[in-house]
Amino acid sequence: MADVTVQDLSQVAIEEVAGRSLWADARHRFLKNKAAVTSLAILAVITITCFAAPYLGLRPQDDVNYDMMPAAPPDFAAGYYFGSDDNGRDLFVRTLFGGQVSLTVATVATLVSLFIGVVWGAMSGFIGGRIDGGMMRLVDILYSIPFIFFVILLTVVFGRYIVLIYFAIGSVSWLDMARIVRGQTLGLKRKEFIEAAHANGISTWAIVWRHIIPNCLGPVVVYVTLTIPNVILTESFISFLGMGVQEPESSWGTLVSEGAKVIETAPWMLLPGIVLAVTLLCLNFIGDGLRDALDPKDR
Amino acid sequence: MTAGANGQAAVLDVANLETTFTTPEGEVKAVSGVNFAVQAGEAVGIVGESGSGKSQIFMSIMGLLASNGRAQGSVKFHGQEILGLPVAELNKIRGARMSMIFQDPMTSLNPYLTVSRQLTEVLVTHKGMSETEARRTAIDMLDRVQIPEAAQRFDMYPHEFSGGMRQRVMIAMALLCQPELLIADEPTTALDVTVQAQILELISELRRQSNMALTLITHDMGVIAGLCDRVLVMYAGRVVEAAPVGPLFKDPQHPYTAGLLRSMPRLDEVMHERLTTIAGQPPNLQRLPAGCAFRNRCDRQIEVCARELPALRPIAPERSKACHLPAL
Amino acid sequence: MLQYFLKRLGGAIPTLFIIITVSFFLVHAAPGGPFDTERRMTKEIEANLKHAYHLDESVPQQYLRYLNGLLHGDFGPSFQSKDFTVSELIVGGFPTSLGLGSLAMLLALVVGLAAGILAAFRQNTATDYTVIGVSMVGIAVPNFVMAPILSLVFGLWLKVLPVGSWDKWSNIVLPVVALALPQIATIARLMRGSMLEVLRSNYVRTARAKGLPNRITIMRHAIRAAIIPVVSYLGPGVANIITGSVVIEQIYGIPGIGRYFVQGALNRDYTLVMGVTIFYGVIIILCNLVADLLYGVLDPKVRYD
Repeated sequence: MADVTVQDLSQVAIEEVAGRSLWADARHRFLKNKAAVTSLAILAVITITCFAAPYLGLRPQDDVNYDMMPAAPPDFAAGYYFGSDDNGRDLFVRTLFGGQVSLTVATVATLVSLFIGVVWGAMSGFIGGRIDGGMMRLVDILYSIPFIFFVILLTVVFGRYIVLIYFAIGSVSWLDMARIVRGQTLGLKRKEFIEAAHANGISTWAIVWRHIIPNCLGPVVVYVTLTIPNVILTESFISFLGMGVQEPESSWGTLVSEGAKVIETAPWMLLPGIVLAVTLLCLNFIGDGLRDALDPKDR
Repeated sequence: MTAGANGQAAVLDVANLETTFTTPEGEVKAVSGVNFAVQAGEAVGIVGESGSGKSQIFMSIMGLLASNGRAQGSVKFHGQEILGLPVAELNKIRGARMSMIFQDPMTSLNPYLTVSRQLTEVLVTHKGMSETEARRTAIDMLDRVQIPEAAQRFDMYPHEFSGGMRQRVMIAMALLCQPELLIADEPTTALDVTVQAQILELISELRRQSNMALTLITHDMGVIAGLCDRVLVMYAGRVVEAAPVGPLFKDPQHPYTAGLLRSMPRLDEVMHERLTTIAGQPPNLQRLPAGCAFRNRCDRQIEVCARELPALRPIAPERSKACHLPAL
Repeated sequence: MLQYFLKRLGGAIPTLFIIITVSFFLVHAAPGGPFDTERRMTKEIEANLKHAYHLDESVPQQYLRYLNGLLHGDFGPSFQSKDFTVSELIVGGFPTSLGLGSLAMLLALVVGLAAGILAAFRQNTATDYTVIGVSMVGIAVPNFVMAPILSLVFGLWLKVLPVGSWDKWSNIVLPVVALALPQIATIARLMRGSMLEVLRSNYVRTARAKGLPNRITIMRHAIRAAIIPVVSYLGPGVANIITGSVVIEQIYGIPGIGRYFVQGALNRDYTLVMGVTIFYGVIIILCNLVADLLYGVLDPKVRYD
């Protein structure tokens, strides 16, 4: 038998692994992702500029300048950074205010879909059994339905009110979230602290609300950042076709629509589209970055 | 040690094999200066812990290294240099004259193709057989590896076989072209204990029937005892002891080998309170200590061990060790 | 296999049913009727119109009547295009939309798969980064932003491709490419990721260890396994092409179903919008079925559930 003394053991070169919490680990990985961090910065700039627009001392968006009519190219000296549109309005300002609309719709609709998806997924996963089977079958069925058509149908039928648009888009974007949350719930269900809560007589609903949902945070955050661009896309899509946000409001989608019509004579009118595309790209990079940070796989 | 008893060239002759991996944290030498030969019909066991380099030797030989790996040195198969051979040429040897089976039968078979397809393609490629001929030969082989109702099972998919049966399919696949050398990389590690014995017995029997050479890679000394003629013990990418199996077990000359043997629980010993282990952890190959890599875990370390890397030197006919100690 | 197919079919039917029912009841829950925006009519004419369009029956009755009509391929009359029924409009526009969509899907598959495979083999090289970069842009940029840009760059500035109506071969290039681009990007990304994983798998290692020619290892073992996630994507891919076509047809003035749909939506032509939604729904369900079947052929594990 080997005589191993304490001294011998202390001489053993055991590699020390510094412990790090899961979140710190994820944050570290995210920050190393240059694309994601840059995107976060760009997104922040765009968002802040859009919402700070009224305070930036720019001319109002409906200010019509007959000298800049019809659409005139960008003129930095005169302060028309994106030029003007067909009605002589400052396109840059319109883009900023359009951004407010698009981003607001995105946030509210995402929150709606988040709420529906999380509750649906958590309840389905937690209750389990046939109810879970049924609820997820419904998700599967809804998955293959082309949603945009239903959103459009909704707007055709009920009118194109902004609040309706929030809910219409939100109510068709929750499926992925529900699936993810259900998956997480199934995993969490078997953990001991849930059993303990059960044993203490806490109601199903309370367990779901207080224990399951907070623990799904990681993947939920990732999917929220992936849902937002989809929501923005849906809203822009219907606004582009003229069925979304109505005058006098305008979103990026309506601005692109106007621009597309005169693209040949006034190419700068597509600049709001570029801003839209950049925003979506940033959101995608951030979403990917978050997903890699929380669940790294060799890419 | 390159010529066998009857003067023929060794089936496999490895000289100064060095395998390096390029990682973001630097270069890692998984295999450092390994030399050994395998004669026709011989069974050589390679034993060591995870990370000792035992698998990487054969990944290098078979040309299966990951893209960040490089092998240097010389590997001769029947006198022909195969290290660095272009893939098209290497393909004529591997699967046909030299085959390998792997540790995990669950993932080593393609789940999307039938077992029949995965077997017949070997024969069609290497022996130019027709589909019909290949099917017949393959079913025969499945019978030989004792898969029940081979003909009925032939067109099934891997997921319809159990772990043990899949490993038998792998063995059948490896032996279809009657190779001169079978490399078995931990073939039983992922299997149930009862199945382990069956698989080892099968390998042993098939070897006897065809006088095929075998290199068996394992971390389990017990597996070596039943099957091998000679053993190479590896540590931190180097061979630290080489000997015929009997003398190695009876009279190990390297502290690591001794430690491995001691840590095997034995039926015929009195029960101690604890299992014996070798203190410490396997070394980080990127930060090897100076001198002997094993010294920090060795209970007989002497002064020279910290200064000088012990070379593998012969201590008796057919025995060598890499240790500064005179004798254990 | 038959069992698998029947199960899939069984799932498709409730889906179709939901689409039809939801569309129908949504439309009939609308405040006001389809004739409200027209010039005012006398009560008599309104009553007559209502009777002619069966709008005076109870809603469940109208629903059954509609279902019956669907079984006979009758989507009802178009409320706005007085001379045509919805079926006629759909049939009229379908060949064009089918051509556009099929070409786009084909292009997406060919280019997407090739790009994904290429990127996987040249991981971490310039080729790989280019494919990844272009994919990200293709996925993120909406096709209604991309289409005008393509027209501008290739049509106006480079004068390579004409931007005209949907008749000559050269005219279809831009719309098809604009429609296909997001799908090319998605498929390339999927294939690249899948291929990377498969190339590192144990069974590809076995194939190499068996000494199979590289060609066989790649085609029979690697690509066949790697393509499965792409097949899974075919269903959503077709759905994306259909929704994309709505916008593309609008932008390029292509006389397909999508354009009728948009006009119908803007004009509040309920039956038309409903009809197109259901029609597209059927197509998507059919394509999903085909994709599921293909998946079943490629992945044996799924057949035995």
